[in-house]
Amino acid sequence: MSSEWPLWEVFIRGQHGLNHRHVGSLHAPDAEMAINNARDVYTRRNEGVSIWVVRSSDIAASSPSEKGPLFEPSNAKVYRHPTFFDIPDEVGHM
Amino acid sequence: MYAQMVKTDAPRVKTLDEMDPQERSFQERIDQGQKIEPKEWMPEGYRKTLIRQISQHAHSEIVGQLPEGNWITRAPTLERKAILLAKVQDEAGHGLYLYCAAETLGISRDEMYEQLHSGKAKYSSIFNYPTLTWADIGAIGWLVDGAAIMNQVPLQRCSYGPYSRAMIRICKEESFHQRQGFDILMKMVKGTPAQKAMVQDALNRWWWPSLMMFGPSDDASVHSAQSMAWKIKQNSNDELRQKFVDQTVPQAEYLGLTIPDPKLEWNEEKGGYDFGEPDWNEFFEVLAGNGPCNAERLGARRKAWADGAWFRDGLTAYAEKQAARRAGNEAAAE
Repeated sequence: MSSEWPLWEVFIRGQHGLNHRHVGSLHAPDAEMAINNARDVYTRRNEGVSIWVVRSSDIAASSPSEKGPLFEPSNAKVYRHPTFFDIPDEVGHM
Repeated sequence: MYAQMVKTDAPRVKTLDEMDPQERSFQERIDQGQKIEPKEWMPEGYRKTLIRQISQHAHSEIVGQLPEGNWITRAPTLERKAILLAKVQDEAGHGLYLYCAAETLGISRDEMYEQLHSGKAKYSSIFNYPTLTWADIGAIGWLVDGAAIMNQVPLQRCSYGPYSRAMIRICKEESFHQRQGFDILMKMVKGTPAQKAMVQDALNRWWWPSLMMFGPSDDASVHSAQSMAWKIKQNSNDELRQKFVDQTVPQAEYLGLTIPDPKLEWNEEKGGYDFGEPDWNEFFEVLAGNGPCNAERLGARRKAWADGAWFRDGLTAYAEKQAARRAGNEAAAE
């Protein structure tokens, strides 16, 4: 049996001024075909103005088990949010 | 329903107290409405059931192109042809969204194709019926896509993230499918008596297979109970079928058509229609591969896969050659 085309992750910029957003994945032999296929699979109704494709095997991802060590430290730093500080009403808008 | 009678491997649904701590915390997350994502721990049964359900759903979208594809070259106007082409293209897209969602569970695309082509994996029984006239294209959009929407709308809330997101994309596009079908029929019932008769004939042939799409009653099924506990199924088959009948009967009346069911009657007390039982022997025969078009549909998929092999290989060879050439140029430039 012939080998499977590699998997690509597809990112679409929905409108000018917005970030590219992950929308899904697809198989394609190379980057050019991946963009062509992404146009047909993910933008049939004007969903995008720009497409990025990245080979799935090139994406490094954090593992769900690392969630604690990675994200808990910032939970303790509530002073990073402006609502941590009480500003008297007399001071006015800040 | 595009996934019918999906098995779960569960002898019965476990209570929270019977689960080990890992499975229990998994079930509690689902009970709280949290989404499960690809790399997270999940019970093997959950993974396997989802692979069965999502791949069956994907296969249905892909095979579902065939009965409608039959009419692309025979559409009555250029506009109808363009619309049908766009609709069939959407079905291909839906199949691809779903295959991708299934792949996140650790099965490859080729394995899924292999399961379809060998007959191991199923697809919806509905696509094993022939499309004899143009009115069938209208009836498929109206009834088959209508029944699919009934099933797919609740699946947007499915506990598995990638499946839920694929369903949200699909549901956005599905309403076009149902409306284009109904639009075909609205036009035809205003046509000649022969055209109107064609529509009634299409309804007569598609009504019962459409009701069968929801599958037999599953109120006593352990598989359904397990799937509901995992939130990969939200409503019982009978519940969805009832909703479908209640929604569709007034639409048939609008078209001036008669539903081919002598037992159909409004039940004031339950606020819904009473209706007859589909022929479940026919349903099981179609699932077993003995429907009017099973061999033709699978044959068409196998042929497309085999005939496309040289093309897939060719594109792979070209991509490898280009990559080697680029690597060579970069080395020369250093």
